[in-house]
Amino acid sequence: MSRTEIRITGFGGQGVVLSGYIIGRACAINGGKHATMIQSFGPEARGSACSATLTVSDTMVLYPYIRRPDIFVVMSADGYATYRDEMKDDGILVHEANLVHPEPKKGQSVFGVPSTRIAESLGRPIVQNIAMMGFFAAVTELASREEMRNAVKDSVPPGTEELNLKAFDAGVAYFDDEYGQAAMKKTKAAAAAK
Amino acid sequence: MSVATKERMEVIEEEHPVAPFLRMDRIPHIWCSTCGIGTAVKCYATALEESGVDLDKAAIVSGIGCTGRVAGYMKLDAFHSTHGRAIPFATGLKLGRPELLVTVFSGDGDLSGIGGNHFIHAARRRMDLLVILVNNFIYGMTGGQNAPTTPLTAKSSTMPFGNYEPPFNLPHLAASCGATYVARWTSLHIRRLTKAFKEAIDRKGFRFIEVIAPCSTLYARLNRLGTGFDLMQFYHHSTEIQHGADPAEVDIGFQDKIICGKFVDEDKPMMLDLMHEHYKKTLGDKYVPMPPEGGWLHE
Amino acid sequence: MKADPAGVLAGAHYLDGDFACGEGAMAAGCRFVGGYPITPSTEVVERMSRRFPMMGGIFIQMEDELASMAAVVGASWTGTKSMTVTSGPGFSLMMENIGLGAMMETPCVVVNVQRGGPSTGLPTMVGQADVMQARWGSHGDYELIALSPQSPQEAFDLTITAFNLSEIYRVPVMFMLDECVGHMTEKVVIPKAEDIEIVPRRLTKKPPGEFFPYRVNGNSVPEFARAGDGYRFHTTGLTHDERGYPVMSADCQEVCVKRLLDKINDNADDIIMLEEEDIDGADVVVIAFGITARVARMGIELAAKKGIKIGFIRMITLWPFPEKRIRELAGKIKAFVVPEINYGQMVLEVERCAGGKAATVSVPHGGGGVHDPDVIRDAIVGAAK
Repeated sequence: MSRTEIRITGFGGQGVVLSGYIIGRACAINGGKHATMIQSFGPEARGSACSATLTVSDTMVLYPYIRRPDIFVVMSADGYATYRDEMKDDGILVHEANLVHPEPKKGQSVFGVPSTRIAESLGRPIVQNIAMMGFFAAVTELASREEMRNAVKDSVPPGTEELNLKAFDAGVAYFDDEYGQAAMKKTKAAAAAK
Repeated sequence: MSVATKERMEVIEEEHPVAPFLRMDRIPHIWCSTCGIGTAVKCYATALEESGVDLDKAAIVSGIGCTGRVAGYMKLDAFHSTHGRAIPFATGLKLGRPELLVTVFSGDGDLSGIGGNHFIHAARRRMDLLVILVNNFIYGMTGGQNAPTTPLTAKSSTMPFGNYEPPFNLPHLAASCGATYVARWTSLHIRRLTKAFKEAIDRKGFRFIEVIAPCSTLYARLNRLGTGFDLMQFYHHSTEIQHGADPAEVDIGFQDKIICGKFVDEDKPMMLDLMHEHYKKTLGDKYVPMPPEGGWLHE
Repeated sequence: MKADPAGVLAGAHYLDGDFACGEGAMAAGCRFVGGYPITPSTEVVERMSRRFPMMGGIFIQMEDELASMAAVVGASWTGTKSMTVTSGPGFSLMMENIGLGAMMETPCVVVNVQRGGPSTGLPTMVGQADVMQARWGSHGDYELIALSPQSPQEAFDLTITAFNLSEIYRVPVMFMLDECVGHMTEKVVIPKAEDIEIVPRRLTKKPPGEFFPYRVNGNSVPEFARAGDGYRFHTTGLTHDERGYPVMSADCQEVCVKRLLDKINDNADDIIMLEEEDIDGADVVVIAFGITARVARMGIELAAKKGIKIGFIRMITLWPFPEKRIRELAGKIKAFVVPEINYGQMVLEVERCAGGKAATVSVPHGGGGVHDPDVIRDAIVGAAK
């Protein structure tokens, strides 16, 4: 039985819950796995910390809450400060590169993406979370890129699909450029040249 | 068989004019002699008859109390609901099958005391209900306790030294909450009351008629007001008919004048009309209204 | 009959339990909802109020829960399938007219997305402490049906079942979600309308004049006439005879109330739904419902590693209680272990039915979260000794 625990956090209005919904949908509907999302409810208004959790498993998720996330998606410094300690020692941190400056423990891998800048470059800062989802898809491969992309398409408001898919693709592309095979090769070549 | 018995039998065989509207198998009713509720029922039945309403599509809902028994005697689809909840129960009936003419017939304690919140909200949303409130200034069935309508200084079994809480002015309450028709009559005003019922049956929205009625068993006894006949005489002398009076000015003092008349009669759309119009405007062809006969699924 | 396609959003969805419950209601043919906002249940009516105008349904936000429940009973008497949705504090207010629904024999569904109590308690966090209230909350003797889903999928499926049972037995059915299932988002597959079986209102075919609202002719449930069809019937919350007329006597009380009990108790075997696993040869049987059933399975997996033979019963139906089955098992096993998110409610029923023939171990949780599976494991291990 595989069990992957994910926490997504950011400030209210960043689309934290929609992000969780997209990952869950990609895994459960498109990927044929079990995915249970829990959103934290409380008197949280725009601007304050907000969080959603997901548990993805090959079998029915028996325990719905997460304890130590394998994957921690952070879109705000506040969220990072609140939840950084619960992350698994070998967990994966996926963060907004300009808003969050992580101090990972040894063994934790860290992947940053300037998702806000990417969204701004597309003219709509609101799609920041979708750029993050593209990046998340590429980093974690929890669901395939195609499954995630389709989940985005089916989850965003009608009429906004094109913009959102652009943001998603930009997030994926950022990973490929900075962390992908091409990027690794580039790094290696640079090292060899020295 | 004696002659006297024969004559009595003939009297019994003669049917009361509104008998077809009543559950005669439940008569005699429980109300005290000289109680005003029966008069209100007679006027209501006459109004139904004269309005030519399809009685199969008329439903009546009562709460609990003396007037709460009205639904039990009317030969309509009749619901004797819980204390104070006649209006929300009737709201469900009306929305569940919009073609119904739904009347709420209950008392002052039921509708303005325990059910007061439902009263103001049904009026506010202009729920399509005819609400008949028989006001005898007291909780009758439980033994004469103080009501939200008991006039200042009047005695009740729980205010034995006289009431010091200001009472509701019910026409004012109904009018200010959005009622489309507001009238008050006493159980002495048989023809005017019947006419008011008939008018209100034809209107839409929240129609409110207050019927001042004597409770000689409790209210009159506790306040030494004499017999039922004395109370009717009091109504005769002390009522003042002022159509169009400002509802804010029609409150009732203890043994003071009672202003009667039609205070509000406005042609305004009721809740379901407002809903239909709004959904048609905002949803267009996608809007599917609740069918008049209700949302029942046919096999 | 088959479901009305207008209310069926066929396909695979990613929905939370509240939304799934709303979809289930619409698929079941519910076309009237009266409700009052309360966390964590409000999403159910938010979903329905958005979809109802497109299928001939009406949602009305009433002024309080007293009114909501009264309106639901009223609407149901027009034959329109009706529901209300609430959580603990609202459930308390509804008890008055749940009793009226039981007494008038009114089909309807009451959804309670349970949060921590008592009083205002934990508005946004889970509880399962209203299960006794679901059974005993209104005054007087009556029986009704209560169901408890463990997932959003079941929130959909069992809402349809709840409506069907309410029609068959003419009772209010309590649909006891808990906040965890209500706010948990998972895959929910909604079948096509033609694959959903729904029970329509059983309307009398007798002509007016020959119809008596509470005459049963040896059946357990009377036929129904709806308001507006010319029957001009009378119904009341007072003790009544078969005409629906009040009769204030011990004899009438006996006939009237006894049948309210019998129609459920005599049909308990048909009503009760249990999911059983590994019961044969078990030393310990764990009994749980709602979200706790899922967490309990984790506790069972952990305890099984210690070589204990553990059976599992998931109560899908909470009321009527599976009395017969518990009595049957009591003589064969060592102990029942009952985790629930309250300080011991359903365990009292288990203990009563076990009658001393098997030990009964309560595994309480005060609410605000689910059990730690290790705690359930330890309780099982302790009970097996």
